[in-house]
Amino acid sequence: MTATVSKTDTKTMTMVAAINDALDLALQQDDTVHIFGEDVGVMGGVFRATDGLQARYGVDRVFDTPLAEAAIVGMGIGMGLAGLKPVAEIQFAGFLYPALDQVLSHLGRYRHRTRSRYHLPMVVRAPYGGGVHTPEQHADSPEAILAHTPGIKVVIPSTPADAKGLLLSAINDPDPVFFFEAIKLYRSVKEEVPVGDYRVPLGKARLVTEGDDVTVICYGGMVEVAQKAAAAARTAGIGVEVIDLRTLVPLDTETILDSVQKTGRVVVVTEAPRTGGFHSEISATIAEEAIECLRAPIIRVTGFDAPYPPFTAIEDVYRPNAVRVAKAIKAVMGY
Amino acid sequence: MFQLLAPDGSATGAGELPDADTRLRLYREMRRARHFDERGWVLYRQGRLGVFPPFGGMEASQVGTAAALTADDWLFPTYRDTGAALTLGLPIARALAYWRTSPHGWAMPENLKVLPFYIPIATQYPHAVGAALAEKRKGTRNVAMAYIGDGGSSEGDFHEALNFAGALEAPCVFILQNNGWAISVPTRSQTKATNLSKRAEGYGIPGVRVDGNDVLATYHVTREAVERARRGEGPTLIETVTYRVKPHTVADDPSRYRTDADNEGWDAKDPVLRLRTHLMAEGIMTGESEAALLKEVADEFEAALKEADSYPDPEPAEILDHVFAEPTPQLRRQREQILNEQGSSEESA
Repeated sequence: MTATVSKTDTKTMTMVAAINDALDLALQQDDTVHIFGEDVGVMGGVFRATDGLQARYGVDRVFDTPLAEAAIVGMGIGMGLAGLKPVAEIQFAGFLYPALDQVLSHLGRYRHRTRSRYHLPMVVRAPYGGGVHTPEQHADSPEAILAHTPGIKVVIPSTPADAKGLLLSAINDPDPVFFFEAIKLYRSVKEEVPVGDYRVPLGKARLVTEGDDVTVICYGGMVEVAQKAAAAARTAGIGVEVIDLRTLVPLDTETILDSVQKTGRVVVVTEAPRTGGFHSEISATIAEEAIECLRAPIIRVTGFDAPYPPFTAIEDVYRPNAVRVAKAIKAVMGY
Repeated sequence: MFQLLAPDGSATGAGELPDADTRLRLYREMRRARHFDERGWVLYRQGRLGVFPPFGGMEASQVGTAAALTADDWLFPTYRDTGAALTLGLPIARALAYWRTSPHGWAMPENLKVLPFYIPIATQYPHAVGAALAEKRKGTRNVAMAYIGDGGSSEGDFHEALNFAGALEAPCVFILQNNGWAISVPTRSQTKATNLSKRAEGYGIPGVRVDGNDVLATYHVTREAVERARRGEGPTLIETVTYRVKPHTVADDPSRYRTDADNEGWDAKDPVLRLRTHLMAEGIMTGESEAALLKEVADEFEAALKEADSYPDPEPAEILDHVFAEPTPQLRRQREQILNEQGSSEESA
């Protein structure tokens, strides 16, 4: 449920502050919530998302682990089995790979392999994506791997208010949720965020801007890129509808298809590699469900089938920018 | 290597033996396990049980360790640990159902914290650390016990779990059943190490090496480790030195990779016969009382088999159940698809 909030019930926050606020509230609301990972305790996380929480809730509830991602996720699975709500942090999504065995072999299938005798109400948070010139392997976007894994929900907020509302929904969800946070957005945007308990339901996309000509589908770090491209298109008289998916699993196909039926033209934007990306899933879904509405081929604006480049001077070639999205919008308009 | 009973059934004097009732209980559990293993082969050949990994010869390693737990503790078994799960109380019918690939064997009973047999290697070690830590946070004295083989101790998860358990002082007991083989690879090819219990040292936790074919010894050291964990003194690694007398699974042909010479001497170390000789010599068991026990064990198994036979096959659409608490729109549609393809009029979820 989305709580109803009046203007006075809000506070201006960055996304990282909103995440901290959500974690604070979750720890306060429920004794079973435990936060752990590398550097989340004393230091408050490399991005300060867990800042002050150990001081407030103690070393049993918010604790630093040894450096080993498989054991962080694996231990969280055991904690979840035994009735706790584990909220693990993987320092960067690109460091998730050692833990993928735990995710693919267990986290996603525990409910299934025990016929719901056990379930894992676990959240794994991980900063992801590029745009801030990080070193090698710090900018990966592995969300499609998770979305492809049965039994895992995947959430990627693009605004501070959504980050808070979605994270509280994720922590209170009975199933495992991956929560990817765009590094680029942590401190670059500020907005009014509802104070107190505020939830945004999983599985409902957000209509960012309305338009009749082209649907641009995106999430996380690509939303602001799409918005810039949409604004530019608008000055050229093209009405662009930007949809922020918010969650990849469950996917809100209804909002996508409603928009496609209206516009008949689709651009899908992600910063993940091209082949087998979640953008392909969206494109295929539209092709299956609404091809008769399409007036042009769907265009995917994505990263490339190469590791994300840590080369500051040319990072922008890999990561989609507003110019590339605008070109795609023009292409579907001119088809 | 710690041992309480020599292969001839005589006491080594290395420690006190448990009382007669406990020794009899351990014998009964080993017999139950062995009966499952032996009947399992027959049922497999009759097409009444699926492919399963036999554990005959490893009864002391599994029974002695699991018998040190209570129903409030956690047990994380590998696929070869049916004997351990039965000892903790997993009903035989559920174990049969699991190896029949029936969903009835997956759920595990509500009164026990035993997990379905783990197929991936060593991945359950970190789970045990998490469950143990959760019990500690909840203020209970419950412990978590996880099993692994010698091959599994090469996996990263094994090492990460030992390190986490030590660093976080999790009340965990790690059982490393060194049974000599990881499918076709002997321990000597698996690792340069010759004493796997010493791996514990690297993580600052105690490591114990025990004769895995001596059920009194495995029970003794595991009880000590469990008590240690309950007292809040942290985890222990126990290496049970045993032997996989049987093939990797009932579908495996070990003659491709091992010789009779490899197997030599292990029959004489049979864990069930060792305790039997001891119990007879001590007058704790007689030919007559053993015959009664064996009949009870056989009757219990046949009753369980009947129960397992009564479990209905799953419905096709059940494959989409238990993915999430609430099915996603995608899962609902896929369910409809299965129902339509099955030509069923069943209502969609």
